[in-house]
Amino acid sequence: MPDKKQDLIDQQLQDLNNDGVDRRGFLKCMAWAGTGLVWTMSGGIPVSRAFAKGYGKDAGKGADFSFVQISDSHIGFNKPANPDVTATLQTAINKINAMPHKPDFIIHTGDLSQLSKPSEFDTLDQALKGASAKQIYFVPGEHDMLSDNGEQYLERYGKGTKGSGWYSFDHKGVHFVGLVNVANLKAGGMGSLGHDQLEWFEADLKGRSASTPIVLFAHIPLWTIYPDWGWGTDDSEQALSYVKRFGSVTVLNGHIHQVMQKVEGKVSFHTAMSTAFPQPAPGKAPSAGPMKVPADQLQRVLGITDVNYLVSGRSLAVVDSPLGDSGSSASGNGGPGR
Amino acid sequence: MTRKNMWLAGVAAPVMIAALLLFAGSTSVTAADRPSPAPAGVKIDNFSFGPQTVTVPVGATVVWTNSDDIPHTAVSTEGLFKSKVMDTDEKFSYTFTKAGTYPYYCTIHPKMTGRVVVQ
Repeated sequence: MPDKKQDLIDQQLQDLNNDGVDRRGFLKCMAWAGTGLVWTMSGGIPVSRAFAKGYGKDAGKGADFSFVQISDSHIGFNKPANPDVTATLQTAINKINAMPHKPDFIIHTGDLSQLSKPSEFDTLDQALKGASAKQIYFVPGEHDMLSDNGEQYLERYGKGTKGSGWYSFDHKGVHFVGLVNVANLKAGGMGSLGHDQLEWFEADLKGRSASTPIVLFAHIPLWTIYPDWGWGTDDSEQALSYVKRFGSVTVLNGHIHQVMQKVEGKVSFHTAMSTAFPQPAPGKAPSAGPMKVPADQLQRVLGITDVNYLVSGRSLAVVDSPLGDSGSSASGNGGPGR
Repeated sequence: MTRKNMWLAGVAAPVMIAALLLFAGSTSVTAADRPSPAPAGVKIDNFSFGPQTVTVPVGATVVWTNSDDIPHTAVSTEGLFKSKVMDTDEKFSYTFTKAGTYPYYCTIHPKMTGRVVVQ
C-alpha cells in the first residue's frame, strides 16, 4: 500500500482520539440523531463515515464487501423479557434482507439456542433459510453447549472445525477466525479459550502478512468488560498477543446483549445486540440476565450489526441497527461524522 | 352404609390405625431407624446460589431449585455430582453420605459458585 494513503488513514484514526468528542459522547450522539456509522475497511484498515438516512443507496458502491453479524438468538427462550424470540429473529432477518446491499455472509456469534435442544436449532435453521445471505458462519455460546460438550451444536455447525468448534477462513483477502471460549469453563472463571485452541490459533496466523486484515469472532467478549458477571475471557491476552503484529484486527463478540466498543491500538473490539432480549449495563442490576423493557421499546434494544468494507478515509465506528425504526429525531443532521 | 359400618369406617378404623402407628412408633428406635435429616434447599436466583454455603449433616439431601429466568447447573468441582441443566422451576437433588466440604459451580455461568459443608 502506498505510504501516503497509509499515513492519511493513520492520521484519521489518530484524529478519532483527539477530536474532543469522547467515545461515549460519540455513541450517545449517534443514537440521538437516529443515524448510524458505517464501519468500513479500506486496504486493510477499518475506517468509517457517518451516514444519514440517504446513505443506504450508496452503500456497497466500491465496497470491498460487507457482512452482517447477528448474535444471541436464544431460540427456545420464552420468558417476559421476550415471549417470542423467533419473531424478533425473523425481524432481524427481514432487516438484513431489506438492506440495499446484500451481505456476502452472516456471522452468528453464539447462543443460537436457549437449551441446546434439536428443535431450537431446527427453528433457527429454518428461519435463516430465508436470509438473503446463504453462507452463515457460527460460533457457539454457552447455551449451545448444554448437551454433552456441545454435541448437538457440533453435529450441525461443526463441520470442518476443530476441538469445541474453532476454525478460520479467508474472504476477499480478509482472514476470519471463529474462536470458542465457552467450553470447559472453570469454576469462578470467565470465558476460556484453552491451551489447544491457543496453540492452533498461533499456528493458524503464522506466516500471514501483517497487512492481512484479521477478524476474530467469539461469543464471550475477548476483552474484560465486567469480571463480576463473567464478561471477559481469562486467557484472551495470550490470543491477542498473537495478532499484535497485524495492521488491522477487528474483534466481534456477543454474549452481553448490548453494544460495547473499544479501540486499542490497531485492535477494534465490538459486541453486538441480541436478537432476543437485552441485558442490563454492567453493574446496573443485581445480576446479568434478561432485562424486561416496555413492549414498545423492545425492538429498539435488539439489533444487527452491518460491517461494511468500503474504500473511504474517515474515522472508524460500527453500524449497529436496532430492529425497530429509530424514527425521526430532533436534529437529524447525520450525526457527528466527518 | 349401615350405622355400624359407618362407625367402623369413621371412628374405629382410624383409631385402630392410629393405635397401630403409635404402637409401631413406640418400639425402641435404633440408630438405623433414625429418620434421615430434613432436606436442605438452595435457591438459585439472580445468577447466584443462596445460601452460597449450606451446612448439612451426613445423610442429608440438598435440593437446588432454579428460580432464575435463565437455566443453570450445579456441578461438583471434584466430580461428585452433576446436575442436568435446570430451567426455571426445575430442581436437582443430591444426598451427601460422607462428611466433607464440596465446592460446586454452574458450568454455564462459572462465576456462580457455592459450597456444601457436610458434617
